[in-house]
Amino acid sequence: MENQQDFQYTRQISQQYPQDKRFLLAILQDIQKEYNYLPRESLYMVQEYMDIPLAKLYSMATFYKALSLKPKGRYIIKVCDGTACHIRASQTLTDEISKILKIAPGQTTSDGRFSLETVNCLGSCAAAPVIVVNDRFYGKVTPSMVKTIIDEYGGIYS
Amino acid sequence: MEIYRAHVLVCKGTGCVASGSEPIMEAFQKELEKKGLSKEVKVVQTGCLGLCELGPNVLIYPEGSYYCTVKTEDVPEIVEEHLLKGRIVERLLYKERDTKERFRSLMDIDFYKRQKRIALRHCGLINPEIIEEYIANDGYRALGKALTEMTPQGVIDEIKKSGLRGRGGGGFPTGVKWQFAADAQGDIKYVVCNADEGDPGAFMDRSILEGDPHTVLEAMAIAGYAIGASEGYIYVRAEYPIAVKRLEIAIEQARNHGLLGKNILGTEFSFDIFIRLGSGAFVCGEETALLASVEGRRGEPRPRPPFPANKGLWDKPTIINNVETYANIPEIILQGADWFSNIGSEKSKGTKVFAVGGKINHTGLVEIPMGTTLKEVIYDIGGGIPNNKKFKAVQTGGPSGGCLPASLLDMPIEYDTLIQAGSMMGSGGMIVVDEDTCMVDIAKFFLTFTQEESCGKCPPCRIGTKRMLEILERITNGEGREGDIELLENLAKSIKASALCGLGQTAPNPVLSTLRYFRDEYEAHIKDKKCPAGGCQALIHYEVVADKCKGCGMCVKVCPTQAISGERRKPHEIDLDKCIKCNSCYDRCPFGAIVKL
Ligand SMILES: Cc1cc2nc3c(=O)[nH]c(=O)nc-3n(C[C@H](O)[C@H](O)[C@H](O)COP(=O)(O)O)c2cc1C
Ligand code: SF4
Ligand code: SF4
Ligand code: FES
Ligand code: FES
Repeated sequence: MENQQDFQYTRQISQQYPQDKRFLLAILQDIQKEYNYLPRESLYMVQEYMDIPLAKLYSMATFYKALSLKPKGRYIIKVCDGTACHIRASQTLTDEISKILKIAPGQTTSDGRFSLETVNCLGSCAAAPVIVVNDRFYGKVTPSMVKTIIDEYGGIYS
Repeated sequence: MEIYRAHVLVCKGTGCVASGSEPIMEAFQKELEKKGLSKEVKVVQTGCLGLCELGPNVLIYPEGSYYCTVKTEDVPEIVEEHLLKGRIVERLLYKERDTKERFRSLMDIDFYKRQKRIALRHCGLINPEIIEEYIANDGYRALGKALTEMTPQGVIDEIKKSGLRGRGGGGFPTGVKWQFAADAQGDIKYVVCNADEGDPGAFMDRSILEGDPHTVLEAMAIAGYAIGASEGYIYVRAEYPIAVKRLEIAIEQARNHGLLGKNILGTEFSFDIFIRLGSGAFVCGEETALLASVEGRRGEPRPRPPFPANKGLWDKPTIINNVETYANIPEIILQGADWFSNIGSEKSKGTKVFAVGGKINHTGLVEIPMGTTLKEVIYDIGGGIPNNKKFKAVQTGGPSGGCLPASLLDMPIEYDTLIQAGSMMGSGGMIVVDEDTCMVDIAKFFLTFTQEESCGKCPPCRIGTKRMLEILERITNGEGREGDIELLENLAKSIKASALCGLGQTAPNPVLSTLRYFRDEYEAHIKDKKCPAGGCQALIHYEVVADKCKGCGMCVKVCPTQAISGERRKPHEIDLDKCIKCNSCYDRCPFGAIVKL
């Protein structure tokens, strides 16, 4: 769990913006960036600062895919399932990663190390199918490469 | 400014960065330093050149030599031979696919020869992070011309006369839209740029923002002058970090040069631009949803009218245009409406940028005059289909568009012809598929996408697309029933007629177009429980043809689950319980000994 001091940061983020509803999305994006998710404590602080119902914050958090109410893993594996990658069989990569990590897309491993997500076009269709781990790109990925890539990040602890 | 005798342009578009152009750029800098050439030769980072497939890409001027798939190891040779001794490194030059001829200059190769670059005019040729390079290439001259030589109405008339239509999907005449906003009552008006690029297989707008951000800023300022706005917003996907960074740099530089802010170029006109980040919702590309999101709310569409031109951002008159639409504006102002309307075809003027991908040799970004045929794009520019496979269909318009079969390859690319054929121009995704792609699966892919992205506000879209998807899932799982096709068609019709926004209204298009052109494939799934293309996992299994198998063991190496076994030089076997149907062995086998049944 994060300590008190950590959440103070939320206050700093909020205070960079005027108390105007138009900045709500921007504030939530900044918090998401800092913590990799929207901690409940942070939402309370935003609620207080902006003086809006908590339900409104949840409705924002559930609408936008980039906002998440659950903590994400240290390594976020994004499998591109844009059109170009899809027809070059990106689905089999997702299946293979799911099998190795024992999680479905959208989930995080129980040790908090890996999250699996599928995303749309990453702009590298030439290298389709593409996966990205945090900020690192892997192009022309085949199912047999998947395990090696996961191993680069410490692999699965058995 | 210092004078250099040569420039090394390294592509730092997303595609090339992914294939490793960053270390290449560093290697050039180091090597030039070592050879004492740093003062004579300048290394420049650029945006996407278009031929991302062959990245990392490097151009050397003044010769215009185009080196592709460059590795860091090649850098010393290029520096030594080309930059020091003036001898072009033939072996790294681009090689034409059919003739194997090597070309010394970029503009001679087939891929570029047939293109006409207006929106992409600077992409790959200037450093997007340095405003002086943009200015040196006529940048901000159009803004100067508009502010000092033209009235706001004169600007609008010029855009109207050019025949420019929106490049974001709808194809609405840009000048007419500007006129509405100019005529609308109100002191405060806004200019918005739609850079949400939602099509899941496309990256045109991203490349423009990454390669030439000032063009968009200049065009927005011109639009602001035309309609009487003093603020602009760019709504850009947060998933495009490089584009966002370059926009931020560009805005800062433009402000410092007095090209944004108060009293631009010493005139009465003041205009500034702000960035807003999207947060991963496709429906936010729809204009009313986008405006809601800029206001900091949930990005849900609302019924139109009122149109944004009358009631937009914070209920003020607002124009919203796509990135590529804006990228055309400065050239139209500089070169005139007549110049522009001479390019393209009768009803569709100018050019269109496409992100061509899928089963095609030259995946990348192309800009072609309207009226070019699909065949020219796919074969002459795109280099045709790899691995001697047969062309099957081309998909345009993304999740709102459709799939066109081989019989329509000679069709010219125009707004109206595409719609008549059951597809649409869309924002510029163009995906080519070959005989191995199942058309029912493609339809399911797009519907899965729209279904997930439906904002849920209106039932036809929320529930109707879900029903359609369930049917498609049934069909691809081999559980299709008699009457499913008719059911799909009925649902499609009613969703199209009753959904609130464009997302729902166009969601059935991929299904309808594949039903129109590839109905037999649906029937094979339903009646024979077979997938003729071998794309639906549930309906196929893999086998080794003993006669053809030479026991080379290649398939064993690529199989992720160790499902294949056999002695060397003897026919191998696949354990169907272990096989996850990943297709790797099928792709790998040099003897075609693995079949999908
Ligand atoms: C579901 C949906 C998604 C859209 N996504 C985009 C998009 O990503 N980019 C874009 O420019 N226009 C998109 N549009 C079209 C916009 O609503 C709008 O027509 C466009 O931004 C107008 O600009 P233009 O006239 O320059 O094309 C989308 C429309 C719908 C219905
Ligand atoms: S058509 Fe779909 S996306 Fe559009 S408003 Fe209705 S539910 Fe939302
Ligand atoms: S399809 Fe994939 S999993 Fe199945 S045998 Fe071939 S390589 Fe192995
Ligand atoms: S579709 Fe995957 S990178 Fe474009
Ligand atoms: S990103 Fe380099 S050519 Fe497209």
